Amino acid sequence: MSEANLALGGHAPSLMEQSPFAIPSKKLVMWLFIISDAITFAALLMAYGYLRNATPNWPEPFKFSPSVINVMLMTFILITSSLTMLIGLRSAKAGDKAGALRWTFITVAGGILFALLHIREWLGLIGQGVRLFQNPWGASLFGAAFFSITGLHLAHVVGGVIALTVLALGYRRGRYNSDDLETWGLYWHFVDLVWMFVVPFVYLLNVAR
Amino acid sequence: MEQTERQNRGLKTYIVVYICLLALAGLQIVLAYTHAQGPQLFMRMLCVAVVQAGLALMFFMHLRSERRTLILSLGISTIFVLAMMNMIWTDSFRLLNFRLPK
Repeated sequence: MSEANLALGGHAPSLMEQSPFAIPSKKLVMWLFIISDAITFAALLMAYGYLRNATPNWPEPFKFSPSVINVMLMTFILITSSLTMLIGLRSAKAGDKAGALRWTFITVAGGILFALLHIREWLGLIGQGVRLFQNPWGASLFGAAFFSITGLHLAHVVGGVIALTVLALGYRRGRYNSDDLETWGLYWHFVDLVWMFVVPFVYLLNVAR
Repeated sequence: MEQTERQNRGLKTYIVVYICLLALAGLQIVLAYTHAQGPQLFMRMLCVAVVQAGLALMFFMHLRSERRTLILSLGISTIFVLAMMNMIWTDSFRLLNFRLPK
């Protein structure tokens, strides 16, 4: 009998029920985090929609070149990085450690490229005079809404890049296993999923015609 | 042998879903430049984004192979909270209509 069981006075088997969801606790925690984060993003997008709806002459500054082309490229990179993450996980489950590391680092590279393109997009807008509470086109809260939503998403991408790098290095040393890769893969796919809502609502509903 | 076959089938599924996600992202760009505007364009964009999210959740995040109890307990509460958030829209229309003419 383990020390923990002794401390529980021998009642441990009845207390240690199996998870009703049949998934590891780390994965359940990640799902709960994803749900709470999804609601955070939804609240931000709703607040943005509220402002956009209630403000006449909301700016439509995104030209096909460079903004929409940049967004297309960023979307392609992020969706592709989700696929490379899955291939890495598949390699890890098959016991191919080198393959898992290679594909995870390709995913990390995709995340870095996405972040760089995002920063280029931001610098372009800042160069046009967009600030948090002023811009050349009118509605003063456009900058605050745009930078807060895309900034939170960018923070998630940067966080994911750091987490996947740490995870891959730990996996190489044997500290983490394929279950950990799967758990963080969920996070990476979630970042991709959020982008699928940010692109149409923040960029494509505001294209310059 | 059987496991390799299953893995190859899994990879094919991922690639099909990946192509669908890219195609849907392309469709959103096309929609942005059609004549539709306002609520009509918003609804079309929302529908495409929801389909994309569903594909990512079911296939990339493997939600379809999880237990139904997990899907129900996560899904129902999330959809409830998201639905409740929609109460704000009437107020945003009210603000728009209450604006004084210049």
